[in-house]
Amino acid sequence: MSDPKRLVILGAGTGGTLAANRLRKQFPPWELAIDIVDEDDDHVYQPGLLFVPFGLAAPDEIVRSRGAQLHDGITFHLNRVARVDVDANRVELGDGATLEYDVLLVATGAVLQPDETDGLLGDAWMDSVFTFYDMDGATALHDALENFTEGRLVVNVVDMPIKCPVAPLEFAFLADWYFTERGVRDAITITYVTPLDGAFTKPVASNALGSLLEDKHIEVVTEFNTGEIDNENKALVGYDGTEVPFDLAVIVPLHGGAPYVAESGDLGDELGFVPTDNATMQSMVRPNIFVLGDAADVPTSKAGSVTHFEGEVLVDNIASFLDGKPLEASYDGHANCFIETGFSKALLIDFNYETEPLPGHYPSRFGLPLLKESRINHLGKLMFQSFYWHGLLPGRDIPGIGADMPERGKATVDN
Amino acid sequence: MTIARLAGVDVQLNDEGFFVDPDQWTPEMVPQLAEEWGVPGPLTDQHWEVLNFMRKEYFEKGTGPTVRKLGKSADVSVGVKELYQLFPDGPAKLAARCAGIPKPKGCI
Ligand SMILES: Cc1cc2nc3c(=O)[nH]c(=O)nc-3n(C[C@H](O)[C@H](O)[C@H](O)COP(=O)(O)OP(=O)(O)OC[C@H]3O[C@@H](n4cnc5c(N)ncnc54)[C@H](O)[C@@H]3O)c2cc1C
Repeated sequence: MSDPKRLVILGAGTGGTLAANRLRKQFPPWELAIDIVDEDDDHVYQPGLLFVPFGLAAPDEIVRSRGAQLHDGITFHLNRVARVDVDANRVELGDGATLEYDVLLVATGAVLQPDETDGLLGDAWMDSVFTFYDMDGATALHDALENFTEGRLVVNVVDMPIKCPVAPLEFAFLADWYFTERGVRDAITITYVTPLDGAFTKPVASNALGSLLEDKHIEVVTEFNTGEIDNENKALVGYDGTEVPFDLAVIVPLHGGAPYVAESGDLGDELGFVPTDNATMQSMVRPNIFVLGDAADVPTSKAGSVTHFEGEVLVDNIASFLDGKPLEASYDGHANCFIETGFSKALLIDFNYETEPLPGHYPSRFGLPLLKESRINHLGKLMFQSFYWHGLLPGRDIPGIGADMPERGKATVDN
Repeated sequence: MTIARLAGVDVQLNDEGFFVDPDQWTPEMVPQLAEEWGVPGPLTDQHWEVLNFMRKEYFEKGTGPTVRKLGKSADVSVGVKELYQLFPDGPAKLAARCAGIPKPKGCI
């Protein structure tokens, strides 16, 4: 009997974990050895970070051990990826160890790069300037919000791409709710500052979200390109010299690929994301390198739902690749997300590479309302955490929710 | 859609002033485009580096680059700050208009 083929997976987050578990079920260990690497053992349910600043989720409720999410027969290496030698099919780890592979899956996500914006890590950082995009930031922001009773709250996205592009909008909606509940909303202005020309990247959804912002008296500054944070005068300074003053700033920093990508020959683009075929999830770098989730440069949102839908196509394609069969080009860019709008409501959007988010219902005529605030969507967002740990990561299918974007139940809109 | 006469040729532009057909563009049109869109002159080698990279990326990848990619590209010798001096008001959009390519898709 021949030796098993070797699959090495970089990153044990959403994508790496679900792919490892699904492939472990599909291939016996004597056909495929699976090794997975991550630099820490804290698997964070990242959508939960949005709720931490408002006291709606506690940090320990949204973190679990990475190893415990992996099925038996998967080898977990708690180690940093230092470099990939794409010509030698070899991964070099932080402690000098190496892993040889037949197939590599890059699932190291996106990292925050606050150091790339002048002044962002200055004196005001973690004092009046915060992010909720990681656990430390979300936790510190919780205290800052508790003490904030008057003044200007500014929510700013420095530049795209970012993970879950609706999360900063949701933050603004929840802040409106939070300050209202505490009876201080009238003493606080909320301003949403974005580099885009509207509230969201896709026009139909952008209009719906834009009018929600208006209803909630959240001011919007569009096409603002943050060049610097002025720590002394507490202001965002645009590259064109315009300023947005704040008392409390919540910033979504620039995102890039994991740092090792830049050390790994032609593995990544200028931002450290890996050039990837939109439909097959095979990298354009080498045929035996596949990519899943935020690490890929495919033109759809960086989101857990995307990672989930991509994952189904990816797993089939890694299996086909191992069997020497042609790949299936079937990922359509499908993304959906619940958008928390405060006061126990949420709305849901659903779209792909070709189709804008449409009004209607998901996944069929009798499903959840799309592009409309409702209580049931809010429950959907809360229920999702349980599905994340018990359905998505272990690789169980949910009936009716597949990788292809459904068209049943949707209105048609001319864009 | 409007028709603009640039360097003696009728060119189709969309409502936001982007070229509908990038193949209609010629370098001779650039001075007129730059003036129209308020690019402070005179045009330098650095402006041209940017315009050439915009077109190269568009034809290779199907969309022009974002400002961050422009700033990090090895083909462009200036960083993000200088890009805003060369093409104030949004380098990616302004340079796309001058380079005769559609509006960069940005990120989703
Ligand atoms: C605040 C917030 C809210 C969000 N809300 C939503 C939402 O409502 N809906 C939704 O669908 N998505 C949401 N997302 C996005 C979602 O969490 C991500 O898109 C998803 O987790 C991507 O999965 P991934 O596997 O690509 O990356 P990740 O899950 O981030 O995993 C990447 C892994 O790689 C590891 N890694 C990186 N570099 C190295 C290295 N050098 N060596 C070893 N390991 C390394 C990291 O430790 C990490 O575990 C949100 C994200 C944030 C931050």
